[in-house]
Amino acid sequence: MTDAQGSTSVSVGASAGAGARTAPGAALLEVEGLTSAYGPVRALDGVTLSAEAGRITAVLGANGAGKTTLLRTISGLVRPVAGRVTLGGEDITRAPVEAMVGKGMAHVPEGRGVIAELTVDENLRVGSLFRGKVEKSEFDRVYDIFPRIAERRDNPAHTLSGGERQMLVIGRALLAQPRILLLDEPSLGLAPRIVAQIFGLLRTLVDSEGLSVLLVEQNARSALSVADVGVVLNLGRVVVTDQARSLMADEGLRHAYLGF
Amino acid sequence: MQQFVNVTLSGLTQGMIYAAFALALVLIWRSTRIVNFAQGSMAAATAFIALALINAGQSYWVALIVALASGFILGAVVERVIVRPVEGGPELNAVIVTLGLFVAIQALIAIIFGSSFQSFPTPFGVRGFTIGDTTILLTPTSVYIIVSVLITMALLVALFRFTRVGLAMRASAFGQEVARLLGVRVGRMLTLGWALAAVVGSLSGLLIAGGGFIYPAYMDSLIVFGFVAAVLGGLDSPVGAIVGGLILGLALSYVSGYVERGSALVNVSALVILMVVLLVRPGGLFASSTARRA
Repeated sequence: MTDAQGSTSVSVGASAGAGARTAPGAALLEVEGLTSAYGPVRALDGVTLSAEAGRITAVLGANGAGKTTLLRTISGLVRPVAGRVTLGGEDITRAPVEAMVGKGMAHVPEGRGVIAELTVDENLRVGSLFRGKVEKSEFDRVYDIFPRIAERRDNPAHTLSGGERQMLVIGRALLAQPRILLLDEPSLGLAPRIVAQIFGLLRTLVDSEGLSVLLVEQNARSALSVADVGVVLNLGRVVVTDQARSLMADEGLRHAYLGF
Repeated sequence: MQQFVNVTLSGLTQGMIYAAFALALVLIWRSTRIVNFAQGSMAAATAFIALALINAGQSYWVALIVALASGFILGAVVERVIVRPVEGGPELNAVIVTLGLFVAIQALIAIIFGSSFQSFPTPFGVRGFTIGDTTILLTPTSVYIIVSVLITMALLVALFRFTRVGLAMRASAFGQEVARLLGVRVGRMLTLGWALAAVVGSLSGLLIAGGGFIYPAYMDSLIVFGFVAAVLGGLDSPVGAIVGGLILGLALSYVSGYVERGSALVNVSALVILMVVLLVRPGGLFASSTARRA
Protein backbone atom coordinates (compact mmCIF):
# COMPACT_ATOMS: atom_id res chain seq x y z
CA MET A 1 0.00 0.00 0.00
CA THR A 2 2.80 2.41 0.87
CA ASP A 3 4.22 1.86 -2.61
CA ALA A 4 1.09 3.14 -4.25
CA GLN A 5 0.82 6.03 -1.83
CA GLY A 6 4.46 6.93 -2.45
CA SER A 7 4.10 7.06 -6.21
CA THR A 8 1.09 9.35 -5.88
CA SER A 9 3.07 12.35 -4.75
CA VAL A 10 5.80 11.75 -7.32
CA SER A 11 3.62 11.37 -10.34
CA VAL A 12 0.59 13.63 -10.10
CA GLY A 13 2.90 16.38 -11.31
CA ALA A 14 4.23 14.16 -14.08
CA SER A 15 0.77 13.62 -15.52
CA ALA A 16 0.61 17.29 -16.45
CA GLY A 17 2.83 16.54 -19.41
CA ALA A 18 1.10 13.32 -20.44
CA GLY A 19 -1.06 14.98 -23.09
CA ALA A 20 -4.49 14.06 -21.79
CA ARG A 21 -7.31 15.57 -23.82
CA THR A 22 -8.65 17.36 -20.79
CA ALA A 23 -6.16 19.23 -18.63
CA PRO A 24 -5.33 17.35 -15.44
CA GLY A 25 -7.38 18.53 -12.54
CA ALA A 26 -10.16 19.88 -14.76
CA ALA A 27 -13.54 18.22 -14.34
CA LEU A 28 -13.90 15.44 -16.94
CA LEU A 29 -16.98 13.53 -15.81
CA GLU A 30 -19.63 15.56 -14.03
CA VAL A 31 -22.66 14.14 -12.30
CA GLU A 32 -25.36 16.56 -11.15
CA GLY A 33 -28.32 15.67 -8.95
CA LEU A 34 -28.43 12.12 -10.29
CA THR A 35 -31.42 10.16 -8.99
CA SER A 36 -32.21 6.54 -9.82
CA ALA A 37 -34.97 4.37 -8.48
CA TYR A 38 -35.78 0.68 -8.57
CA GLY A 39 -39.54 0.86 -8.17
CA PRO A 40 -40.27 2.95 -5.12
CA VAL A 41 -36.74 2.54 -3.73
CA ARG A 42 -34.36 5.40 -4.47
CA ALA A 43 -30.94 3.86 -4.93
CA LEU A 44 -29.43 7.24 -5.82
CA ASP A 45 -30.85 10.43 -4.40
CA GLY A 46 -29.50 13.59 -5.97
CA VAL A 47 -25.85 12.59 -6.25
CA THR A 48 -23.48 15.31 -7.40
CA LEU A 49 -19.81 14.63 -7.96
CA SER A 50 -17.10 15.21 -10.49
CA ALA A 51 -14.18 13.09 -11.60
CA GLU A 52 -11.16 15.10 -12.62
CA ALA A 53 -8.90 14.35 -15.54
CA GLY A 54 -5.70 12.54 -14.70
CA ARG A 55 -6.93 11.66 -11.23
CA ILE A 56 -8.35 8.65 -9.44
CA THR A 57 -11.67 9.45 -7.82
CA ALA A 58 -12.86 6.83 -5.37
CA VAL A 59 -16.53 6.40 -4.48
CA LEU A 60 -16.79 4.66 -1.13
CA GLY A 61 -19.53 3.38 1.10
CA ALA A 62 -21.14 0.34 2.59
CA ASN A 63 -23.06 -2.32 0.71
CA GLY A 64 -26.28 -0.76 -0.58
CA ALA A 65 -24.95 2.77 -0.51
CA GLY A 66 -25.66 3.09 -4.22
CA LYS A 67 -22.12 2.77 -5.57
CA THR A 68 -22.86 0.19 -8.27
CA THR A 69 -26.10 1.93 -9.22
CA LEU A 70 -24.11 5.14 -9.62
CA LEU A 71 -21.78 3.57 -12.20
CA ARG A 72 -24.64 1.77 -13.94
CA THR A 73 -26.59 5.00 -14.20
CA ILE A 74 -23.59 6.93 -15.51
CA SER A 75 -23.02 4.38 -18.28
CA GLY A 76 -26.71 4.17 -19.17
CA LEU A 77 -27.47 0.63 -17.97
CA VAL A 78 -29.90 2.20 -15.52
CA ARG A 79 -31.95 5.19 -16.65
CA PRO A 80 -32.01 8.04 -14.11
CA VAL A 81 -35.23 9.56 -12.83
CA ALA A 82 -33.56 12.95 -12.61
CA GLY A 83 -30.18 14.58 -12.96
CA ARG A 84 -27.49 15.00 -15.58
CA VAL A 85 -24.23 13.34 -16.59
CA THR A 86 -21.69 15.15 -18.75
CA LEU A 87 -18.40 13.86 -20.13
CA GLY A 88 -15.94 16.53 -21.25
CA GLY A 89 -18.84 18.99 -21.37
CA GLU A 90 -21.07 16.78 -23.53
CA ASP A 91 -24.41 15.76 -22.04
CA ILE A 92 -24.49 11.94 -22.13
CA THR A 93 -27.42 11.39 -19.75
CA ARG A 94 -29.64 9.79 -22.40
CA ALA A 95 -26.96 8.35 -24.69
CA PRO A 96 -27.36 4.63 -25.44
CA VAL A 97 -25.11 2.23 -23.53
CA GLU A 98 -23.43 1.08 -26.76
CA ALA A 99 -22.36 4.64 -27.55
CA MET A 100 -20.59 5.32 -24.25
CA VAL A 101 -17.34 3.59 -25.09
CA GLY A 102 -17.10 5.64 -28.28
CA LYS A 103 -17.45 8.80 -26.24
CA GLY A 104 -14.45 7.76 -24.16
CA MET A 105 -16.03 5.98 -21.20
CA ALA A 106 -15.08 2.39 -20.37
CA HIS A 107 -17.17 0.77 -17.65
CA VAL A 108 -15.81 -2.42 -16.09
CA PRO A 109 -18.82 -3.90 -14.28
CA GLU A 110 -18.81 -5.66 -10.94
CA GLY A 111 -17.87 -9.34 -10.90
CA ARG A 112 -14.94 -9.08 -13.35
CA GLY A 113 -16.97 -8.95 -16.56
CA VAL A 114 -14.87 -11.40 -18.55
CA ILE A 115 -16.72 -13.30 -21.25
CA ALA A 116 -15.94 -16.76 -19.92
CA GLU A 117 -16.50 -18.65 -23.17
CA LEU A 118 -14.08 -16.52 -25.19
CA THR A 119 -10.31 -16.81 -25.00
CA VAL A 120 -8.21 -14.15 -23.31
CA ASP A 121 -7.17 -12.78 -26.69
CA GLU A 122 -10.75 -12.72 -27.96
CA ASN A 123 -11.85 -10.86 -24.84
CA LEU A 124 -9.27 -8.19 -25.59
CA ARG A 125 -10.34 -7.99 -29.21
CA VAL A 126 -13.96 -7.40 -28.19
CA GLY A 127 -12.70 -4.33 -26.33
CA SER A 128 -11.33 -2.84 -29.54
CA LEU A 129 -14.13 -3.93 -31.90
CA PHE A 130 -15.87 -0.58 -32.01
CA ARG A 131 -12.66 1.16 -33.12
CA GLY A 132 -12.30 -0.82 -36.34
CA LYS A 133 -8.83 -2.11 -37.13
CA VAL A 134 -6.43 -1.84 -34.23
CA GLU A 135 -2.64 -2.16 -34.44
CA LYS A 136 -1.14 -5.33 -33.00
CA SER A 137 1.23 -3.14 -31.00
CA GLU A 138 -1.68 -2.00 -28.84
CA PHE A 139 -2.39 -5.60 -27.85
CA ASP A 140 1.30 -6.15 -27.19
CA ARG A 141 1.27 -3.12 -24.94
CA VAL A 142 -1.58 -4.58 -22.85
CA TYR A 143 0.26 -7.89 -22.66
CA ASP A 144 3.39 -6.01 -21.56
CA ILE A 145 1.45 -4.35 -18.76
CA PHE A 146 -0.09 -7.67 -17.71
CA PRO A 147 2.43 -10.42 -18.50
CA ARG A 148 0.37 -12.94 -16.54
CA ILE A 149 -2.47 -12.83 -19.02
CA ALA A 150 -0.05 -12.80 -21.95
CA GLU A 151 0.99 -16.34 -21.04
CA ARG A 152 -2.63 -17.43 -21.20
CA ARG A 153 -3.80 -15.54 -24.25
CA ASP A 154 -5.21 -18.60 -26.05
CA ASN A 155 -6.91 -20.09 -22.99
CA PRO A 156 -10.63 -19.66 -22.39
CA ALA A 157 -11.20 -16.85 -19.92
CA HIS A 158 -13.04 -19.13 -17.49
CA THR A 159 -9.71 -20.77 -16.67
CA LEU A 160 -8.25 -17.53 -15.26
CA SER A 161 -7.90 -16.76 -11.56
CA GLY A 162 -9.76 -13.83 -10.03
CA GLY A 163 -6.73 -11.55 -10.23
CA GLU A 164 -6.04 -12.51 -13.83
CA ARG A 165 -9.66 -11.80 -14.73
CA GLN A 166 -9.38 -8.35 -13.23
CA MET A 167 -6.20 -7.73 -15.23
CA LEU A 168 -7.94 -8.94 -18.36
CA VAL A 169 -10.93 -6.64 -17.99
CA ILE A 170 -8.74 -3.63 -17.20
CA GLY A 171 -6.55 -4.46 -20.19
CA ARG A 172 -9.65 -4.84 -22.34
CA ALA A 173 -10.93 -1.47 -21.18
CA LEU A 174 -7.56 0.11 -22.03
CA LEU A 175 -7.86 -1.17 -25.62
CA ALA A 176 -10.96 0.99 -25.92
CA GLN A 177 -8.63 3.98 -25.30
CA PRO A 178 -10.96 5.54 -22.77
CA ARG A 179 -10.67 9.04 -21.35
CA ILE A 180 -12.21 7.73 -18.16
CA LEU A 181 -12.29 4.25 -16.72
CA LEU A 182 -15.21 3.29 -14.48
CA LEU A 183 -14.20 0.42 -12.19
CA ASP A 184 -16.72 -1.38 -10.03
CA GLU A 185 -15.24 -3.18 -6.98
CA PRO A 186 -12.03 -4.39 -8.64
CA SER A 187 -10.74 -5.67 -5.27
CA LEU A 188 -13.74 -7.95 -4.66
CA GLY A 189 -12.58 -11.42 -3.66
CA LEU A 190 -8.90 -10.77 -4.39
CA ALA A 191 -5.94 -11.35 -2.07
CA PRO A 192 -4.54 -8.11 -0.61
CA ARG A 193 -1.26 -8.59 -2.49
CA ILE A 194 -3.10 -8.79 -5.84
CA VAL A 195 -5.24 -5.77 -4.92
CA ALA A 196 -2.10 -3.75 -4.17
CA GLN A 197 -0.57 -4.85 -7.47
CA ILE A 198 -3.65 -3.89 -9.50
CA PHE A 199 -4.11 -0.56 -7.73
CA GLY A 200 -0.40 0.18 -8.20
CA LEU A 201 -0.78 -0.44 -11.92
CA LEU A 202 -3.81 1.85 -12.07
CA ARG A 203 -1.81 4.59 -10.39
CA THR A 204 0.98 4.17 -12.92
CA LEU A 205 -1.45 4.30 -15.86
CA VAL A 206 -3.08 7.43 -14.48
CA ASP A 207 0.24 9.12 -13.90
CA SER A 208 2.04 8.12 -17.06
CA GLU A 209 -0.80 8.04 -19.60
CA GLY A 210 -3.16 10.67 -18.29
CA LEU A 211 -5.93 8.14 -17.76
CA SER A 212 -8.76 9.17 -15.43
CA VAL A 213 -10.45 6.68 -13.13
CA LEU A 214 -13.73 6.63 -11.25
CA LEU A 215 -13.28 3.80 -8.80
CA VAL A 216 -16.12 2.31 -6.77
CA GLU A 217 -14.93 0.36 -3.75
CA GLN A 218 -16.15 -1.15 -0.53
CA ASN A 219 -12.53 -1.75 0.43
CA ALA A 220 -12.10 1.89 1.49
CA ARG A 221 -8.64 1.57 2.98
CA SER A 222 -7.06 0.23 -0.23
CA ALA A 223 -9.04 2.60 -2.41
CA LEU A 224 -8.06 5.69 -0.44
CA SER A 225 -4.42 4.65 -0.50
CA VAL A 226 -4.40 4.90 -4.29
CA ALA A 227 -7.03 7.59 -4.96
CA ASP A 228 -6.60 11.37 -5.18
CA VAL A 229 -10.16 12.25 -4.23
CA GLY A 230 -12.73 10.32 -2.22
CA VAL A 231 -16.51 10.58 -2.29
CA VAL A 232 -18.43 8.88 0.51
CA LEU A 233 -21.94 7.66 -0.31
CA ASN A 234 -24.52 6.58 2.21
CA LEU A 235 -28.06 5.44 1.35
CA GLY A 236 -27.83 7.00 -2.09
CA ARG A 237 -26.57 10.43 -0.98
CA VAL A 238 -23.13 12.00 -0.94
CA VAL A 239 -21.98 12.41 2.67
CA VAL A 240 -18.66 14.05 2.01
CA THR A 241 -16.21 14.74 -0.81
CA ASP A 242 -12.59 15.46 0.03
CA GLN A 243 -8.96 14.75 -0.73
CA ALA A 244 -8.23 11.07 -0.16
CA ARG A 245 -5.61 11.77 2.49
CA SER A 246 -7.96 14.02 4.45
CA LEU A 247 -10.59 11.28 4.48
CA MET A 248 -7.93 8.84 5.56
CA ALA A 249 -7.12 11.13 8.50
CA ASP A 250 -10.73 11.60 9.63
CA GLU A 251 -11.16 8.85 12.16
CA GLY A 252 -14.80 9.61 12.98
CA LEU A 253 -15.82 9.46 9.33
CA ARG A 254 -13.86 6.27 8.78
CA HIS A 255 -15.61 4.57 11.68
CA ALA A 256 -19.04 5.83 10.70
CA TYR A 257 -19.04 5.09 6.98
CA LEU A 258 -15.93 3.31 5.83
CA GLY A 259 -15.67 0.46 8.29
CA PHE A 260 -12.02 0.79 9.25
CA MET B 1 -22.20 -56.04 -45.78
CA GLN B 2 -23.82 -54.29 -48.68
CA GLN B 3 -26.89 -53.64 -46.60
CA PHE B 4 -24.81 -52.34 -43.70
CA VAL B 5 -22.95 -49.87 -45.92
CA ASN B 6 -26.16 -48.68 -47.49
CA VAL B 7 -28.01 -48.32 -44.21
CA THR B 8 -25.03 -46.42 -42.78
CA LEU B 9 -24.82 -44.10 -45.76
CA SER B 10 -28.50 -43.35 -45.63
CA GLY B 11 -28.20 -42.70 -41.88
CA LEU B 12 -25.31 -40.30 -42.38
CA THR B 13 -27.20 -38.41 -45.06
CA GLN B 14 -30.31 -38.06 -42.95
CA GLY B 15 -28.11 -37.28 -39.95
CA MET B 16 -26.53 -34.35 -41.80
CA ILE B 17 -29.96 -32.85 -42.33
CA TYR B 18 -30.90 -33.37 -38.66
CA ALA B 19 -27.55 -31.83 -37.74
CA ALA B 20 -28.24 -28.73 -39.83
CA PHE B 21 -31.67 -28.29 -38.29
CA ALA B 22 -30.29 -28.88 -34.79
CA LEU B 23 -27.54 -26.35 -35.48
CA ALA B 24 -30.16 -23.75 -36.34
CA LEU B 25 -31.88 -24.41 -33.00
CA VAL B 26 -28.58 -24.24 -31.12
CA LEU B 27 -27.54 -20.95 -32.74
CA ILE B 28 -30.71 -19.32 -31.47
CA TRP B 29 -30.65 -21.01 -28.07
CA ARG B 30 -27.05 -19.91 -27.43
CA SER B 31 -27.70 -16.27 -28.15
CA THR B 32 -31.22 -15.71 -26.86
CA ARG B 33 -32.04 -18.75 -24.65
CA ILE B 34 -35.13 -19.40 -26.71
CA VAL B 35 -36.06 -22.70 -28.33
CA ASN B 36 -37.43 -21.64 -31.67
CA PHE B 37 -40.33 -24.00 -32.26
CA ALA B 38 -41.22 -21.98 -35.36
CA GLN B 39 -37.95 -23.00 -37.07
CA GLY B 40 -39.66 -25.81 -38.96
CA SER B 41 -42.51 -23.85 -40.42
CA MET B 42 -40.19 -20.94 -41.22
CA ALA B 43 -38.06 -23.38 -43.22
CA ALA B 44 -41.18 -24.85 -44.84
CA ALA B 45 -42.23 -21.36 -45.95
CA THR B 46 -38.91 -20.88 -47.75
CA ALA B 47 -39.24 -24.31 -49.40
CA PHE B 48 -42.63 -23.25 -50.80
CA ILE B 49 -41.08 -20.04 -52.11
CA ALA B 50 -38.40 -22.15 -53.81
CA LEU B 51 -41.00 -24.47 -55.32
CA ALA B 52 -43.04 -21.53 -56.61
CA LEU B 53 -39.93 -20.25 -58.41
CA ILE B 54 -39.11 -23.68 -59.83
CA ASN B 55 -42.70 -24.07 -61.05
CA ALA B 56 -42.37 -20.65 -62.68
CA GLY B 57 -39.45 -22.00 -64.71
CA GLN B 58 -36.45 -20.88 -62.63
CA SER B 59 -33.57 -23.28 -62.05
CA TYR B 60 -33.17 -25.19 -58.79
CA TRP B 61 -30.12 -23.12 -57.91
CA VAL B 62 -31.83 -19.78 -58.34
CA ALA B 63 -34.70 -21.09 -56.24
CA LEU B 64 -32.25 -22.33 -53.58
CA ILE B 65 -30.52 -18.97 -53.30
CA VAL B 66 -33.79 -17.04 -53.17
CA ALA B 67 -35.13 -19.45 -50.54
CA LEU B 68 -32.04 -19.08 -48.34
CA ALA B 69 -32.17 -15.30 -48.74
CA SER B 70 -35.84 -15.25 -47.80
CA GLY B 71 -34.96 -17.41 -44.81
CA PHE B 72 -32.44 -14.76 -43.77
CA ILE B 73 -35.03 -12.00 -44.04
CA LEU B 74 -37.72 -14.08 -42.34
CA GLY B 75 -35.39 -14.89 -39.43
CA ALA B 76 -34.47 -11.24 -38.97
CA VAL B 77 -38.08 -10.06 -39.15
CA VAL B 78 -39.28 -12.73 -36.73
CA GLU B 79 -36.62 -11.74 -34.18
CA ARG B 80 -37.18 -8.00 -34.52
CA VAL B 81 -40.96 -7.92 -34.69
CA ILE B 82 -42.19 -10.97 -32.82
CA VAL B 83 -39.49 -12.25 -30.48
CA ARG B 84 -37.84 -8.98 -29.36
CA PRO B 85 -40.87 -7.82 -27.35
CA VAL B 86 -40.85 -11.00 -25.24
CA GLU B 87 -37.07 -11.32 -24.88
CA GLY B 88 -35.93 -10.96 -21.30
CA GLY B 89 -39.44 -11.62 -20.03
CA PRO B 90 -40.64 -14.87 -18.46
CA GLU B 91 -39.25 -17.82 -20.43
CA LEU B 92 -42.65 -19.32 -21.03
CA ASN B 93 -43.74 -16.24 -22.99
CA ALA B 94 -41.10 -16.81 -25.65
CA VAL B 95 -42.00 -20.51 -25.86
CA ILE B 96 -45.67 -19.71 -26.39
CA VAL B 97 -44.82 -17.05 -28.95
CA THR B 98 -42.65 -19.37 -31.06
CA LEU B 99 -45.25 -22.14 -30.78
CA GLY B 100 -47.91 -19.72 -31.90
CA LEU B 101 -45.74 -18.60 -34.76
CA PHE B 102 -45.20 -22.24 -35.76
CA VAL B 103 -48.94 -22.74 -36.13
CA ALA B 104 -49.51 -19.35 -37.73
CA ILE B 105 -46.87 -19.77 -40.43
CA GLN B 106 -48.10 -23.28 -41.22
CA ALA B 107 -51.63 -21.92 -41.66
CA LEU B 108 -50.34 -19.07 -43.79
CA ILE B 109 -48.52 -21.52 -46.06
CA ALA B 110 -51.74 -23.50 -46.53
CA ILE B 111 -53.62 -20.31 -47.39
CA ILE B 112 -51.05 -19.05 -49.88
CA PHE B 113 -49.71 -22.26 -51.46
CA GLY B 114 -52.51 -24.72 -50.73
CA SER B 115 -52.32 -27.78 -48.53
CA SER B 116 -51.98 -30.51 -51.16
CA PHE B 117 -48.83 -32.64 -51.58
CA GLN B 118 -46.50 -31.11 -54.18
CA SER B 119 -43.42 -32.87 -55.49
CA PHE B 120 -40.12 -31.11 -54.87
CA PRO B 121 -37.25 -31.66 -57.33
CA THR B 122 -33.67 -32.58 -56.54
CA PRO B 123 -30.85 -31.28 -58.72
CA PHE B 124 -29.03 -34.62 -58.77
CA GLY B 125 -29.95 -38.24 -59.34
CA VAL B 126 -31.03 -40.64 -56.63
CA ARG B 127 -29.37 -43.74 -58.18
CA GLY B 128 -26.46 -45.29 -56.38
CA PHE B 129 -23.40 -46.59 -58.21
CA THR B 130 -22.66 -50.23 -58.88
CA ILE B 131 -19.44 -52.12 -58.30
CA GLY B 132 -19.73 -55.59 -59.83
CA ASP B 133 -23.16 -56.70 -58.71
CA THR B 134 -23.30 -54.72 -55.45
CA THR B 135 -25.07 -51.40 -55.47
CA ILE B 136 -23.78 -48.75 -53.11
CA LEU B 137 -26.42 -46.19 -52.24
CA LEU B 138 -24.08 -43.24 -52.27
CA THR B 139 -26.30 -41.25 -54.57
CA PRO B 140 -25.37 -37.91 -56.11
CA THR B 141 -28.19 -36.41 -54.04
CA SER B 142 -26.79 -37.74 -50.79
CA VAL B 143 -23.34 -36.42 -51.75
CA TYR B 144 -24.98 -33.06 -52.46
CA ILE B 145 -26.69 -33.09 -49.04
CA ILE B 146 -23.53 -34.02 -47.14
CA VAL B 147 -21.34 -31.53 -49.00
CA SER B 148 -23.76 -28.63 -48.75
CA VAL B 149 -24.21 -29.11 -45.00
CA LEU B 150 -20.44 -29.42 -44.52
CA ILE B 151 -19.85 -26.22 -46.51
CA THR B 152 -22.48 -24.40 -44.46
CA MET B 153 -20.86 -25.55 -41.24
CA ALA B 154 -17.40 -24.54 -42.43
CA LEU B 155 -18.71 -21.09 -43.37
CA LEU B 156 -20.29 -20.70 -39.93
CA VAL B 157 -17.10 -21.76 -38.17
CA ALA B 158 -15.11 -19.31 -40.29
CA LEU B 159 -17.60 -16.55 -39.54
CA PHE B 160 -17.52 -17.10 -35.78
CA ARG B 161 -13.80 -17.78 -35.50
CA PHE B 162 -12.16 -15.42 -37.92
CA THR B 163 -14.34 -12.38 -38.47
CA ARG B 164 -15.07 -9.32 -36.39
CA VAL B 165 -18.81 -9.74 -36.83
CA GLY B 166 -18.50 -13.34 -35.61
CA LEU B 167 -16.60 -12.22 -32.54
CA ALA B 168 -19.21 -9.55 -31.85
CA MET B 169 -21.95 -12.16 -32.20
CA ARG B 170 -20.26 -14.51 -29.74
CA ALA B 171 -19.62 -11.67 -27.31
CA SER B 172 -23.30 -10.71 -27.55
CA ALA B 173 -24.41 -14.28 -26.97
CA PHE B 174 -22.19 -14.96 -23.97
CA GLY B 175 -21.93 -11.56 -22.28
CA GLN B 176 -24.73 -9.29 -23.35
CA GLU B 177 -24.15 -6.55 -20.83
CA VAL B 178 -20.37 -6.53 -21.15
CA ALA B 179 -20.67 -6.50 -24.94
CA ARG B 180 -22.98 -3.49 -24.80
CA LEU B 181 -20.58 -1.67 -22.49
CA LEU B 182 -17.81 -2.37 -25.01
CA GLY B 183 -19.83 -0.77 -27.78
CA VAL B 184 -21.16 -3.90 -29.50
CA ARG B 185 -24.63 -3.36 -31.00
CA VAL B 186 -26.01 -6.42 -29.25
CA GLY B 187 -29.54 -6.04 -30.64
CA ARG B 188 -28.25 -6.15 -34.21
CA MET B 189 -26.09 -9.16 -33.45
CA LEU B 190 -29.06 -11.07 -32.04
CA THR B 191 -31.09 -10.25 -35.14
CA LEU B 192 -28.23 -11.42 -37.33
CA GLY B 193 -28.00 -14.63 -35.29
CA TRP B 194 -31.68 -15.40 -35.86
CA ALA B 195 -31.30 -14.58 -39.55
CA LEU B 196 -28.33 -16.93 -39.97
CA ALA B 197 -30.06 -19.67 -38.00
CA ALA B 198 -33.09 -19.35 -40.27
CA VAL B 199 -30.82 -19.75 -43.31
CA VAL B 200 -29.41 -22.99 -41.89
CA GLY B 201 -32.90 -24.16 -41.00
CA SER B 202 -34.11 -23.29 -44.49
CA LEU B 203 -31.26 -25.30 -46.02
CA SER B 204 -32.26 -28.36 -43.99
CA GLY B 205 -35.86 -27.90 -45.10
CA LEU B 206 -34.89 -27.77 -48.78
CA LEU B 207 -32.57 -30.77 -48.46
CA ILE B 208 -35.14 -32.97 -46.78
CA ALA B 209 -37.73 -31.91 -49.37
CA GLY B 210 -35.52 -32.86 -52.34
CA GLY B 211 -36.92 -35.81 -54.29
CA GLY B 212 -40.02 -35.98 -52.11
CA PHE B 213 -43.22 -34.11 -51.45
CA ILE B 214 -43.89 -30.95 -49.53
CA TYR B 215 -47.06 -29.86 -47.79
CA PRO B 216 -47.54 -27.28 -45.03
CA ALA B 217 -46.68 -29.73 -42.22
CA TYR B 218 -43.93 -31.64 -44.02
CA MET B 219 -41.27 -30.39 -41.60
CA ASP B 220 -43.00 -31.75 -38.50
CA SER B 221 -40.94 -34.93 -38.16
CA LEU B 222 -37.72 -33.04 -38.87
CA ILE B 223 -38.60 -30.63 -36.06
CA VAL B 224 -38.81 -33.58 -33.67
CA PHE B 225 -35.58 -35.19 -34.90
CA GLY B 226 -33.72 -31.88 -35.04
CA PHE B 227 -34.83 -31.04 -31.53
CA VAL B 228 -33.77 -34.47 -30.24
CA ALA B 229 -30.39 -34.06 -31.97
CA ALA B 230 -29.89 -30.61 -30.44
CA VAL B 231 -30.77 -31.82 -26.94
CA LEU B 232 -28.54 -34.89 -27.39
CA GLY B 233 -25.66 -32.54 -28.04
CA GLY B 234 -26.47 -30.34 -25.08
CA LEU B 235 -28.46 -27.57 -26.83
CA ASP B 236 -25.58 -25.19 -26.18
CA SER B 237 -22.94 -26.73 -28.38
CA PRO B 238 -22.77 -26.45 -32.18
CA VAL B 239 -20.40 -29.42 -32.28
CA GLY B 240 -22.86 -31.29 -30.08
CA ALA B 241 -25.70 -30.50 -32.48
CA ILE B 242 -23.76 -31.97 -35.39
CA VAL B 243 -22.68 -35.08 -33.49
CA GLY B 244 -26.19 -35.45 -32.10
CA GLY B 245 -27.66 -35.19 -35.60
CA LEU B 246 -25.32 -37.83 -37.00
CA ILE B 247 -25.87 -40.22 -34.08
CA LEU B 248 -29.61 -39.88 -34.42
CA GLY B 249 -29.50 -40.29 -38.20
CA LEU B 250 -27.45 -43.47 -37.93
CA ALA B 251 -29.47 -44.93 -35.07
CA LEU B 252 -32.79 -44.33 -36.79
CA SER B 253 -31.43 -45.75 -40.03
CA TYR B 254 -30.27 -48.94 -38.29
CA VAL B 255 -33.64 -49.29 -36.58
CA SER B 256 -35.56 -48.96 -39.82
CA GLY B 257 -33.06 -51.09 -41.75
CA TYR B 258 -32.54 -53.99 -39.36
CA VAL B 259 -35.46 -54.18 -36.98
CA GLU B 260 -38.57 -56.03 -38.04
CA ARG B 261 -41.14 -53.41 -39.10
CA GLY B 262 -38.51 -50.93 -37.94
CA SER B 263 -39.72 -48.02 -40.02
CA ALA B 264 -42.78 -47.87 -37.81
CA LEU B 265 -40.53 -47.66 -34.76
CA VAL B 266 -38.41 -44.73 -35.94
CA ASN B 267 -40.26 -42.04 -34.01
CA VAL B 268 -40.38 -44.14 -30.85
CA SER B 269 -36.66 -44.90 -31.16
CA ALA B 270 -35.85 -41.18 -31.31
CA LEU B 271 -37.67 -40.75 -28.02
CA VAL B 272 -35.93 -43.75 -26.45
CA ILE B 273 -32.48 -42.49 -27.51
CA LEU B 274 -33.26 -39.07 -26.09
CA MET B 275 -34.41 -40.53 -22.77
CA VAL B 276 -31.42 -42.85 -22.41
CA VAL B 277 -28.90 -40.09 -23.14
CA LEU B 278 -30.58 -37.65 -20.78
CA LEU B 279 -30.68 -40.29 -18.02
CA VAL B 280 -26.95 -40.89 -18.37
CA ARG B 281 -25.92 -37.31 -19.10
CA PRO B 282 -28.68 -34.90 -18.13
CA GLY B 283 -26.89 -31.96 -19.73
CA GLY B 284 -26.48 -33.67 -23.08
CA LEU B 285 -23.37 -35.19 -24.63
CA PHE B 286 -21.43 -31.93 -25.00
CA ALA B 287 -22.61 -29.97 -22.02
CA SER B 288 -19.18 -29.21 -20.52
CA SER B 289 -18.08 -25.62 -20.80
CA THR B 290 -14.97 -26.56 -22.78
CA ALA B 291 -17.19 -27.67 -25.64
CA ARG B 292 -19.10 -24.41 -25.63
CA ARG B 293 -16.69 -22.53 -27.85
CA ALA B 294 -16.78 -22.22 -31.63
